[in-house]
Amino acid sequence: MYKLIKSFTLVELFQGLFLTFKYIFKSKVTINYPHEKGPLSPRFRGEHALRRYPSGEERCIACKLCEAVCPAQAITIEAEPREDGSRRTTRYDIDMTKCIYCGLCQESCPVDAIVEGPNFEFATETREELIYNKDKLLENGDRWEQEIAQNIHLDRKYR
Amino acid sequence: MTYDILITGLIIIAQILAVVVPVLISVAFLVYAERKVLALIQLRRGPNIVGPFGILQSFADALKLITKENIIPSGSNKIVFILAPIITMVLSLAGWAVIPFAPGWVVSDINVGIMYLFAVSSLGVYGIIMAGWASNSQYPFLGALRSAAQMVSYEVSIGFVIITVLLCVGSLNLSKIVLAQQTVWFAIPLLPMFIIFFISALAETNRLPFDLPEDESTLVAGFFTEYSSASFVLFFLGEYASMILMSSMTVILFLGGWLPPFDVYPLNVVPGVIWFTVKVIFILFLFIWVRGTFPRYRYDQLMRLGWKVFLPFSLFWVVATSGFLVYFDMLPN
Repeated sequence: MYKLIKSFTLVELFQGLFLTFKYIFKSKVTINYPHEKGPLSPRFRGEHALRRYPSGEERCIACKLCEAVCPAQAITIEAEPREDGSRRTTRYDIDMTKCIYCGLCQESCPVDAIVEGPNFEFATETREELIYNKDKLLENGDRWEQEIAQNIHLDRKYR
Repeated sequence: MTYDILITGLIIIAQILAVVVPVLISVAFLVYAERKVLALIQLRRGPNIVGPFGILQSFADALKLITKENIIPSGSNKIVFILAPIITMVLSLAGWAVIPFAPGWVVSDINVGIMYLFAVSSLGVYGIIMAGWASNSQYPFLGALRSAAQMVSYEVSIGFVIITVLLCVGSLNLSKIVLAQQTVWFAIPLLPMFIIFFISALAETNRLPFDLPEDESTLVAGFFTEYSSASFVLFFLGEYASMILMSSMTVILFLGGWLPPFDVYPLNVVPGVIWFTVKVIFILFLFIWVRGTFPRYRYDQLMRLGWKVFLPFSLFWVVATSGFLVYFDMLPN
């Protein structure tokens, strides 16, 4: 009998409606994405970049540890001694379509040359644009150096 | 003589446009309102880019859809396939001919207005069945079958609800139905019928929780799965226009049409159209609110509710109401 009254007066339905009505006035959990962005951890692993020393010299010494450790085999490196005798890469390609953003390359790098920066908005219209060469990676390094340096500084004490 | 006919024709066309154009514009804003209210209920933001607060989003979407390619499946029955959305759209607009927006504001004030409205809203199922059949594909076919059974079941209880209202009015004319509510809106003495009518209207317009014909989680998009571009827009417009039509019907039958809630000074100077619009917007908000709250019915539950709960209940209320009216000698002459 109690159950019958309950179902005919639609009590539970009205309770549900009242609940959703309360939610209309709650604050939103989403943000206006392209205009405002959520916070990123200093350890965020985004688009790759090759860094330089403050002198302008590129950090990478062509040890090929990143190429060896890369589980997706996305990195291809070719290296030769330069005229001054130092060992440098002649080719440093990352296939961003293969990359799984695991961060092992930046962990393995002895000189903090290859890093994954805070940028995650590098979508392109063609697949070819996602095969990064050394110039593109160095350019990324120059563009994001400030943020990358700050992130490395913030994360330093946990390493 | 021919000049007179021309003038009459032009007046009729102007009247039709004066009803159809606002209806289509309000459909666009209804779609926007639906997305926004659902977003608010789900703690999202909803469309907010196109125009102030994203208010022009529906127009952008309509433009996008119309400029897309219209794909007609090779296995389909082409004539019926193209005809189906047109029928849905035309029928959902045809019902507006008898809706009184304010005293005298009605395209054709016919004496069987409510029967016409009931007939036209029931014919809407033909567009859906034709679409499902002509698509020659399993999901639209299943959607059309469900839709046919569902709409027929719920029309029965809608019919009984209308009969109860007619018993209290004594006329089939929609303006007279509104005027009969001068003392009290029928939503108060006939509250259970009002709720049954509202729930049946949800089922009749294929809205959640009864949207089995277009059940996106099991049937892709139901009866309009194969539709694209302009024919999809026609279905969409038709569906939302019939949603507004059903809300107007609810307002006329139960919420006193253009009448203010109380016949006192500041309320009765407000034009009837505004009262009518406010009430329709309220009912539409209920439609959206219900969509944001309840999960979809299973098909057998839907049929059980229609035939085993609503039909006997509304039948009982028809008998009870008529008995009450006869016993207290309150039958309208």
